[in-house]
Amino acid sequence: MPLDMDWVMSLTVNRSAVERRADTFTKRRTVKREFQAAYLIRAIECIDLTTLSGDDTPGNVHRLCAKAINPLSTETREALGIPKIHTGAVCVYHQYVAEAVRLLAGTGIPVAAVSTGFPAGLSPFKQRLEEIHQSVKDGAHEIDIVITRAHVLRCDWQALYEEMQAFREACGEAHVKAILATGELGTLTNVARASAVCMMAGADFIKTSTGKEPTNATLPYALVMARLIREYQERTNIKIGFKPAGGIRTAKQACEYLMLMKDELGNDWLSPHLFRIGASTLLADIERQLEHHLSGRYSAFNRHPMG
Amino acid sequence: MSKVADLLESLPYGPAPEDHKAAFAWLDAHNRTFGSYINGEWVSADKTFVSINPADGSELAQIGQTSPEQINQAVEAATVALPKWQALSAQKRAEYLYAIARQIQKHSRLFAVLETLDNGKPIRETRDIDIPLVARHFYYHAGWAKLADSEFSEYQPVGVCGQIIPWNFPLLMLCWKIAPALAMGNVVILKPAEFTSLTALLFAEICDQVGIPKGVVNIVTGDGETGRAIVEHPGIHKIAFTGSTEVGRIIRKATANTDKKLSLELGGKSPFIVFEDADLDSAVEGLVDAIWFNQGQVCCAGSRLLVQEGVAEKLYAKIRARMATLRVGNPLDKAVDLGAIVDRTQLERITELVEQGVSEGASKYQAPCDLPTDGFYFPPTLLTDVEPASTVAQVEIFGPVLVAMTFRTPAEAVALANNTVYGLASSVWTQNLDIAHDIAAQIKAGTVWVNCTNQFDASAGFGGYRESGFGREGGREGLYEYLKWKAPKVTKSLPNGQVSSSDIDRTHKLYIGGKQARPDGGYSFTAHGQEFALANRKDLRNAVEAAATAQSGWEKTAAFTRSQILYYIAENLQAAEQQFGNAGVSAEEFEQAISLTFHYAATADKHDGQVHQPPMRAMVYTRNESLGVVASFAPESQPLLGFLAVTLPLIAMGNAVIAVPSAGNPLPAAELMRVLEASDVPAGVFNILTAPHADLEKTIADHLGIDAVWHFSGAAGAEVIQSLSAGNLKQTWCISDEVDFAQPSREFLRRATQVKNIWVPYGA
Repeated sequence: MPLDMDWVMSLTVNRSAVERRADTFTKRRTVKREFQAAYLIRAIECIDLTTLSGDDTPGNVHRLCAKAINPLSTETREALGIPKIHTGAVCVYHQYVAEAVRLLAGTGIPVAAVSTGFPAGLSPFKQRLEEIHQSVKDGAHEIDIVITRAHVLRCDWQALYEEMQAFREACGEAHVKAILATGELGTLTNVARASAVCMMAGADFIKTSTGKEPTNATLPYALVMARLIREYQERTNIKIGFKPAGGIRTAKQACEYLMLMKDELGNDWLSPHLFRIGASTLLADIERQLEHHLSGRYSAFNRHPMG
Repeated sequence: MSKVADLLESLPYGPAPEDHKAAFAWLDAHNRTFGSYINGEWVSADKTFVSINPADGSELAQIGQTSPEQINQAVEAATVALPKWQALSAQKRAEYLYAIARQIQKHSRLFAVLETLDNGKPIRETRDIDIPLVARHFYYHAGWAKLADSEFSEYQPVGVCGQIIPWNFPLLMLCWKIAPALAMGNVVILKPAEFTSLTALLFAEICDQVGIPKGVVNIVTGDGETGRAIVEHPGIHKIAFTGSTEVGRIIRKATANTDKKLSLELGGKSPFIVFEDADLDSAVEGLVDAIWFNQGQVCCAGSRLLVQEGVAEKLYAKIRARMATLRVGNPLDKAVDLGAIVDRTQLERITELVEQGVSEGASKYQAPCDLPTDGFYFPPTLLTDVEPASTVAQVEIFGPVLVAMTFRTPAEAVALANNTVYGLASSVWTQNLDIAHDIAAQIKAGTVWVNCTNQFDASAGFGGYRESGFGREGGREGLYEYLKWKAPKVTKSLPNGQVSSSDIDRTHKLYIGGKQARPDGGYSFTAHGQEFALANRKDLRNAVEAAATAQSGWEKTAAFTRSQILYYIAENLQAAEQQFGNAGVSAEEFEQAISLTFHYAATADKHDGQVHQPPMRAMVYTRNESLGVVASFAPESQPLLGFLAVTLPLIAMGNAVIAVPSAGNPLPAAELMRVLEASDVPAGVFNILTAPHADLEKTIADHLGIDAVWHFSGAAGAEVIQSLSAGNLKQTWCISDEVDFAQPSREFLRRATQVKNIWVPYGA
């Protein structure tokens, strides 16, 4: 949709109220026993299993893809009585896109590439577009772009809109997730406005963080972004996805985000089509919790294969 | 397919019950039968009544109906314990309160589960809100206990306190009553509500464990009859009551002929005001905290939504959407938002009122949620198309029912917000600082929450304006409810001067609306050898109207300006020394009168509010606000000094006064009319009616436009005032002893104001 500056400027967020809601939310909702197990299975299906390190090599990308294909041991899966599952996607730097696509061929697991000068997003604009083209060419189904934080911090919503539109166009058929880098936007009002602008400019998902900011995904950020997704849907009838990323390491956190989606946006957002969690170590904790659910004993990390 | 695979379809919330084993074990250990805790002993009752779990209607325990004889025993025990408790050091009393706080934390989950079983509110609330606030309250007051001697030298403990609390926050209300009482050196007899006695009984065990001396804390269970025995007991010096306005009135009347100190925290119909620039999604969550907290059974529930017209439909849509995700059910379930209504009778009342609202034209929306079939449940409800004239907009429903209305301007928001007999709390939602502070100052309520609601802390006083009661609980302001002012006694009486008659006949009139006015009735009465205008009920009516008109401007007048006007009064008083001498005022009294006027001129702009420090990121500031229109009966002695002493502090704090001077010698007050005329006192701020006090006491106490009465002229009149003030629950301050008015006290300023707490969370 065209940039609606009236809507953008009408958005204000009260931080204390949002934090209070986010804080009490986790105390108003919980899932236990088989209900919890179901939430954890769904969490696995929503994970963008990620490695984004300077020391990534083909070796650890292989390991990651193997884990994405088989996130749970056969014994656990059978004991839970569920069909074979896989993670929502594998998320890597452009360098490893082709490799990951090859490894995941036929599994139905999409490859997501972080792009556009990730994580700072400050490389030359043409180069950022070119990066998207290259990743799409290498077979990435999803592109996680980073926005120029300066546009937000300088309230240049027109520039942000145009940047996002250009990224959207460059992605072609690939899904585009807009990383807002919420931890660098200063205020929750900025988070809300940036969310609105990116959705208007064509983002399929809005995503909290690169994982490299001082604060990454938090429930208050998630709450603000979910409210904007809801309002965007009310205005356009279009459902935008949400991806919290960075700092989500425990099964409990994953359940909290799922429950937040359920209460704020509804059951449609309890699926990888509209909800992803960007995480690397989360899966290991989920495996431990599922084993505890089945056996009644607390498990240990060394009992589960590394990703 | 497995259960887990089935659940993957829609990922429902399953049951997540809190374990009630420990609470049941505690009940069983007492054979599910309880007596009262009197003088450190458990005393069984001849008669018992049942306490039920409102979640399923099952019986939890049999509770003792404490007899009047047992109340006598409790009062005797308390009376014996009182001097011993006061003889302890402040340090020792602080240690006891500290120990109670510690024990509550140690047994926090048992308290929480027991409270939920007994009351029906969700375990989330008892676990995360009620019990932590209780512990905090005892910690905070352990601090005051330590500081009691040094901080309150002008005061002494009240004595034996009778405390009666409601069922909606059983343990929290208990601690709001007991902690400040003990901290200030009092002993207590507390009656929990009939529906919810259990946590109070567990609390008694805690007191026993920490070794609170016998008789200092007595917990007596029972119904209204037990409450009556407490209220009427002559050995009790103070009644603190939280509950309905209806019962509050009864207690006001019942204690009228005694010098029992009284604090009442009563009902409300608190406004929740949403401006068009508010964070609307957050405001919706605010409403969840306001009206769907404790099933709406909260005296300060934000039950009256006032929303700016342009965003009303948008907000209503958001509210309805949010209501759909509220979960109502077993209160022990950790993922439930609303639990059970406390009792069948309450459920019936809510149902009837909602039906009445609909029959009067309201549109009803109820959340599409499944209610349990056992127990007492009511769905979250929104009533729109409600007007101020609707019953549901005026009466307290005390259930999960929100009524919504619109406003156009900030001024209209204030007018609608204040269009109620209540004044307990309010909530204001806007991102605009200017609007927030302006509205907060204008709302007639003891608490204003800006961009939040139902926030509580031990450091911030809580209590009402108008028919929501008087007195505060929490903060420094709350401690005065458990203290008695040591009024300075007259050590030597002032000499009387000589009245000089003038050759030309003088006519003393009334002073109403800034003018000298002839009495409506056309009668005079004789005092001190002269004729004075005899004020009647119509003169009073006129004076109240003049005062009410003047007061709204006067309270907004800068404190510095009020101070200057008081200085000007002193100046003109001094210039009229000769006339006052001729009016029989001795030189000594006159000098003291000048000094006193200077004192209140000096303090008019210095009775500042405070900034409290609750454990959250918020500024909580207090405003010492005027009471409104206050009638003041001057003492018979010290006709000038006494008259000024009971009027100037009121004027200084922004009240408008209807002053009734000494009936035996109104001459100095009549002279004062001329001084006031010359001193720039705005018309209507200071009115003087001369009459024998008994002529006006009943009319004044009955007048619903008078907000408070000060009465310094004898016990017989005080009883009339206190009894009839129940009509609109006006605050009264009655002192029958002779007070040395030459010694000004801050107590006069405190009595001339009411504390408003304004909560402003912040965060960039």
